[in-house]
Amino acid sequence: MKPFDPTPDTLTPEGMAVIDGIILSHGGDSTQLVGILLDIQAAGERKYISRSAAAYTARKLGLKLTQVYDVITFYAALYDKPRAKYPLEVCSSAPCRVNDSDSLLDTLQNILGIGLGEVTYDGRFTIERVPCFGACDVAPAVRVNGAVYGNLTSRERILDMLRQLD
Amino acid sequence: MSKVHIKINNMPLEVEGGTLLIDAARQLGIDIPHMCYHHDQESKAHCRLCVVEVKGQRKLQTSCTTPVSEGMEVFTDTQKVYDAQVGILELMLADHKQNCLSCARSGNCELQTLCRRFNLLVPDLPDISSSEPLRVDNPSIVRDPAKCVKCGRCVKTCRDVQGIAALTYSGRSAGFRVTTAFDLPMAETDCVLCGQCSLVCPVGAIVEEDSTAAVRRAIQDPAKHVVVQVAPSVRVALGDEFGFAPGAIVTGQMTTALRMLGFDKVFDTNFAADLTIMEEGSELLERLNKGGKLPLITSCSPGWVTFVEKHHPELMEHLSTAKSPQGMFGAVVKTYYAQQMGWDPHDIVSVSVMPCTAKKFEARRPELGRDGYQDVDYVLTTRELAKLIRYEGLELKVLPESEFDSPLGTATGAGAIFGATGGVMEAALRTAYELYTGKTLKKLEFEAVRGFDGIKEAVIDLNGTPLKVAVAHTLKNADELLKRAHEYAFLEIMACPGGCIGGGGQPIGTDNALRQKRIDALYRLDASLPLRKSHENPEIKAIYERFFTAPLSHKAHELLHTHYQEQNTVSKIG
Repeated sequence: MKPFDPTPDTLTPEGMAVIDGIILSHGGDSTQLVGILLDIQAAGERKYISRSAAAYTARKLGLKLTQVYDVITFYAALYDKPRAKYPLEVCSSAPCRVNDSDSLLDTLQNILGIGLGEVTYDGRFTIERVPCFGACDVAPAVRVNGAVYGNLTSRERILDMLRQLD
Repeated sequence: MSKVHIKINNMPLEVEGGTLLIDAARQLGIDIPHMCYHHDQESKAHCRLCVVEVKGQRKLQTSCTTPVSEGMEVFTDTQKVYDAQVGILELMLADHKQNCLSCARSGNCELQTLCRRFNLLVPDLPDISSSEPLRVDNPSIVRDPAKCVKCGRCVKTCRDVQGIAALTYSGRSAGFRVTTAFDLPMAETDCVLCGQCSLVCPVGAIVEEDSTAAVRRAIQDPAKHVVVQVAPSVRVALGDEFGFAPGAIVTGQMTTALRMLGFDKVFDTNFAADLTIMEEGSELLERLNKGGKLPLITSCSPGWVTFVEKHHPELMEHLSTAKSPQGMFGAVVKTYYAQQMGWDPHDIVSVSVMPCTAKKFEARRPELGRDGYQDVDYVLTTRELAKLIRYEGLELKVLPESEFDSPLGTATGAGAIFGATGGVMEAALRTAYELYTGKTLKKLEFEAVRGFDGIKEAVIDLNGTPLKVAVAHTLKNADELLKRAHEYAFLEIMACPGGCIGGGGQPIGTDNALRQKRIDALYRLDASLPLRKSHENPEIKAIYERFFTAPLSHKAHELLHTHYQEQNTVSKIG
């Protein structure tokens, strides 16, 4: 049985300070775990919750690590594996599908050379399908780190959006 | 609470108010089908199998969460109930890998029993069980996610009884699973391998690592001397597997069975328990006299030792350096006994039968061996010994009784009570008191440290010096006691509820009521023995005269003591 090696995944002091700040902004309240985890996820480079971040958060909130892991895996919006600097969340609900979000998805995959759920070599982009985020008025739409880009009906507009993310 | 009057299937019943329907039905001899419900646990109502019709209620009610109330009329066998239960069972079966014939739990699987009960011979749903592989990532416990029925009993035990929470739910809906944090191997999590999860699992999703085949092979090898030691708790639990009354003492039949299985020598771990008391008792007196680290904390329970190494490394200096009885026995067999018999220790296969899954891990600790061999080669749980006895076709009930072999089979009552919570404390006090004061104890029973309370304490008068001691069982209670550890001089901690008699390797069906019966049995055994103090064991005296010279001697330190090392876990990173 090999002993557990903690080195590949450790938090920097800055990382800890960021999590401390987030927990403080939620009043140190462990019942606010979902909000805390969303903020921690957003604060990181790859927009996910690492093992070390989860373990540190659990200790800070007086929770078991498994409770935190349970919550991360329960919610589709929380991720326990590295995503990308810019996760491209393509809406897969009816209004966007009617406005041909399938082509949007195809074009994104074509431009970036990755499939659904894959990450570009430089860790900048990943493509995900998510449920409606309320941008039906500008369908088809993509949400990136909370910002919505709508009316992505042509290759030019999609490229335009990607350039804005640089 | 006052009594209420209810009817179940038209049968009148007077029952304590607040009783859960599922428990009330049992008083009438009705076993309502259930999966996630376990009478030692808080109700979860995950599985919905225990639904019943309650007169006046439109929907079916889960009997594991519905308390009785005056005038209640309940039906457990209507068509509506039957249809719901069959539907649930079929869904469970569809998501359950069905290799029943080669499953460790074949014959005592609760899902199998329910299917037989419902006569579910031709399931009409397709198999959608997961193709996840077996998880064989530690020496103690094997998990088979494809068999998990998601009842949550293991999660509950790990969290509520042990306070560890190594197992958890994850995902949602069709992706709902029981796993560890980040799906990591058990050893990398907070798990201490106590195996309590394997005791409550209704199916074959969590079972012990099986060493029966390896042991059988060793027995067949004519070049090997195969020596077996049996822990105190096995003799009061093994009978459960063979139709004895709960708490029956089957020592004599068990030793006969072990000989018939082909073990060359059948020895008693209780002997090593006496040895442990000599070393640990002396260590306590030395720490008291020389101002060593106090409290001294027992180190017999491997789940507890791992708990300290993983969760309280700051307490490692408090742990007794004395090896566990299993560890001491192994060391004695391959040194002292090998020397006496003129055997090469490399030709000895040392097997132990333990009530414990964590002992399998302990036996593999590199500290517990020398010259390229381990002191204990294979650890069988009580359940595995039962498997071997069944393979051999032995009917334990009709076997003649026999004695353990000499010299490592002679033990006192102090060794026997090691298996019960408070037993190690009592055994140590009997010896420490007499060695410290030079007086003979008038009353051997230390009642204050006996019983099923989570934390027990006592003050012993050592010639005017008060010795404050405490005892805890389950790791949750242990964690609680540790907060005020500094108030005491000596602590006994056992990882499992009730001590070893409630260990994770005991027969399936072990619950708190059975644990109590086994504890009673061990104290009966103690009371029945002529010698009840470890230091009066003639074979213990002999081994010190011929081999170790004295407790804590150089040789004793070399063979009977060990050291501890902090273990990392994923919950400590960051």
